[in-house]
Amino acid sequence: MKDWRYWLAEQRGTLLALGIFIVMFIIYTSNHPAGFTANVVQTAANKGVLLAFVAMAQTLVVITAGIDLSVGMIFLLTNCLASWLVVGTPMQTTLGVIAVLAVGLLCGAINGAIVIYGRLQPIVATIATGAVYYGIGLLLRPFPGGSVNEDLADAMTGRVFDVVPASLVVLFGIVLVIWVPFSRSVLGRAAYAAGSSETAAYMSGVPIRRGKFAAYTLAGLLAAIGGLFLTFFTYTGDAAYASGNAYTLFSIAAVVLGGVSLFGGKGSAIGAIFGALAFRTIGDLLFVFDFDPLWQPLFQGVILLIAVSLGAFALFRVRNRLEWFL
Amino acid sequence: MDSAVPLFRMEGISKRYGGVRALEKAELVVTSGSIHAILGENGAGKSTLIKVMAGVVAPDEGRMTLDGREVTFPSPAAANQAGIVCIFQELSLVPDLSVADNIVISDPPKRFGMIDRGAQRRIAEEALARAGAADIHPLALVKDLPLSRRQMVEIAKALARKPRILILDEATSALTAADVSKIFAVLKRLRGEGLALLYISHRMNEIAELADQCTVFRNGRNVASYKAGSKSDNEVVELMIGREYSHIFPPKPAAVPGAAAPRLEARKLSWTDRLHDISLTVRAGEVVGLGGLDGQGQRELLLAFFGVLRGLSGEVLIDGKPVAISSPSAAREDGIGMALIPEDRKTEGLMLPMTVRENLSFAALDRLSKGGIIDRAAEQRLIDDMVALLAIKTAGLDIPVGALSGGNQQKVVIAKWLMRQPRIILLNDPTRGIDVGTKQELYQLMRKLADAGAAILFYSTDYDELIGCCDRVLVLYDGAVKRELVGAEITERALIASALNIHGEESPVGLGATA
Repeated sequence: MKDWRYWLAEQRGTLLALGIFIVMFIIYTSNHPAGFTANVVQTAANKGVLLAFVAMAQTLVVITAGIDLSVGMIFLLTNCLASWLVVGTPMQTTLGVIAVLAVGLLCGAINGAIVIYGRLQPIVATIATGAVYYGIGLLLRPFPGGSVNEDLADAMTGRVFDVVPASLVVLFGIVLVIWVPFSRSVLGRAAYAAGSSETAAYMSGVPIRRGKFAAYTLAGLLAAIGGLFLTFFTYTGDAAYASGNAYTLFSIAAVVLGGVSLFGGKGSAIGAIFGALAFRTIGDLLFVFDFDPLWQPLFQGVILLIAVSLGAFALFRVRNRLEWFL
Repeated sequence: MDSAVPLFRMEGISKRYGGVRALEKAELVVTSGSIHAILGENGAGKSTLIKVMAGVVAPDEGRMTLDGREVTFPSPAAANQAGIVCIFQELSLVPDLSVADNIVISDPPKRFGMIDRGAQRRIAEEALARAGAADIHPLALVKDLPLSRRQMVEIAKALARKPRILILDEATSALTAADVSKIFAVLKRLRGEGLALLYISHRMNEIAELADQCTVFRNGRNVASYKAGSKSDNEVVELMIGREYSHIFPPKPAAVPGAAAPRLEARKLSWTDRLHDISLTVRAGEVVGLGGLDGQGQRELLLAFFGVLRGLSGEVLIDGKPVAISSPSAAREDGIGMALIPEDRKTEGLMLPMTVRENLSFAALDRLSKGGIIDRAAEQRLIDDMVALLAIKTAGLDIPVGALSGGNQQKVVIAKWLMRQPRIILLNDPTRGIDVGTKQELYQLMRKLADAGAAILFYSTDYDELIGCCDRVLVLYDGAVKRELVGAEITERALIASALNIHGEESPVGLGATA
């Protein structure tokens, strides 16, 4: 078999997500009253990247066969923090951004330490830490408010050369700076190996713990980048519990849509980004069709079910029924 | 042996798992430039010995020296570092990664802190070529390869680590004859390069062809070391057995009810490459054993009867009538009345955190309920009967079954199925890891059930059990019935000889009884 076929097989999930996104986006823009204009794309991109960052964060953890239910709360906490710190002179703003990102890293590192060294189950550990992170966010912003350096915010949510949404450029940069090195590093491979078969990885002398720790920590960082962007879009900090939960759950949906296996070891953050963008587009479809917004959750759920079942066909080929449960 | 310091030496190594002694003051000397075969029955301690060498298991006592210096291996990585590389029986490949990823996994080539994919590809191709498996594409995912190819990848992976001591634990068990001859050429070349190779295999002909030195293990000790070719197959088998029988088995009925019609019958049962044309019969009142080395298709055969496998060919007959059993719940229906006591009680037999009561009733809930409501009184009566029949020792019915001892857990699994009064009972190595007292009770129970009219098909890795419990034994090798032993023919010698597929003093009888 030729090399490109293997590449294609490996990227199947990502390409499928890309395909779903493109189809959805075409349906969306062609029915949008304004059509395919820079403005429409910019608005869609700005909404999409928020979920894309959180979904990237979720991907890193899901690859290790874990799950991070605190990503949405790290997203909120860093939003609240940014509404205090990312203000003032360019110098102060820069320090504020660094501080917000550092807090994200710390939150991820705490998750990783509890799951890996404390040996707690990821689902329980991150529900607990998520509640803590939300609690801190609530203390920082009991009521919506605060502000942000508007020059920076406008630059980040505007357009580059009046065409390309700046948020997409940043997303692309983050993929290059975080995801690509991670996925090609020894730690990244350790994360994949641990998710695919922890015993085999252990037997092969793979640094499982460091790989998983790196995944959780970087997940915190990515969620914080999402939190920063939320601040740039809204100019405020808001510890909105329902919104944090929704981001957590949507990130899982986006990850699955993006071809990342919840059993671990398989998938890419790039797939998850397309999954997130597709998911957002699905959510917006009803608005352009002028349906009652009441139908949105139901509609979104049905589309999601259909998309996810595309990935389940392999189960029909199983010869030993016990493998269904592996 | 030369006067020079041996490459590697193990002295007085012991290891216990709970109450079970896996190794008892074992000794081993490994020299460079030789192939050293390790022989022994299932459970003789070979695997534990290897695991100690490879840093997977820490010994309770004893010392190891490498080049005359004392060493300890806290992890597999440490053993690799020292040049000891092991190809395990259970594959150590990561299924979702590519062949090349797997080959370099313990020490990938790096450039600018990232994995250098070009270099990785070259290393992988070179290692595959050295292993004689250049036909495997380095970008293929391991999970998409058939078992025999995976085994070749495993060997290539070991070679890429530039080992000084290479351990092969049943490394050829999944290989085709063509691959085996390639591997043998590779192993001989490595010996010429000065490597020390430890070779564990049940295939006597392979050992005869490859080994320079042999060591036999029995009950966790090394009982004999000799130059390859200096002992006959029979002498070797003698060394491997050397055990007394314990008189813990119930008497067998004098005459096998040969005239009775078969309760369970298989005709030319095949499934993928794991089962080949298996035909057998089990009559009511009969205990039929499945023997052979571990992993020769016994487990798959039981799963096939129980409706777990898809794509079976051949026929299954119950009371002479062909049936299609499509799932475990169909297998337990009244017309069939089958029960399977699984091998791994922790995952396939019990819900460990749930109570003894709940676990006991699962399989029989439909019989104990009317319109979906469980008849608590009937349930209680049946459970009391079972607890008394099997003498299950538990502090109460409402404690988690995970709190019981291994033996009592296994009794719960069996009791759960007996609550349905099965007519056909399949047992998959049911006494693994349980104490002798409970084993004895299970043997008695098995005979009691057979006397009461059940047909029993019993797979065990313990030859004593097969000898002590069974009216007939079918020995499987490579997914096919190689030999049928009846009554007094069931001896340890015959079992081992046919399990190793060597022809002992008796010539093999034809395939299993066909209708």
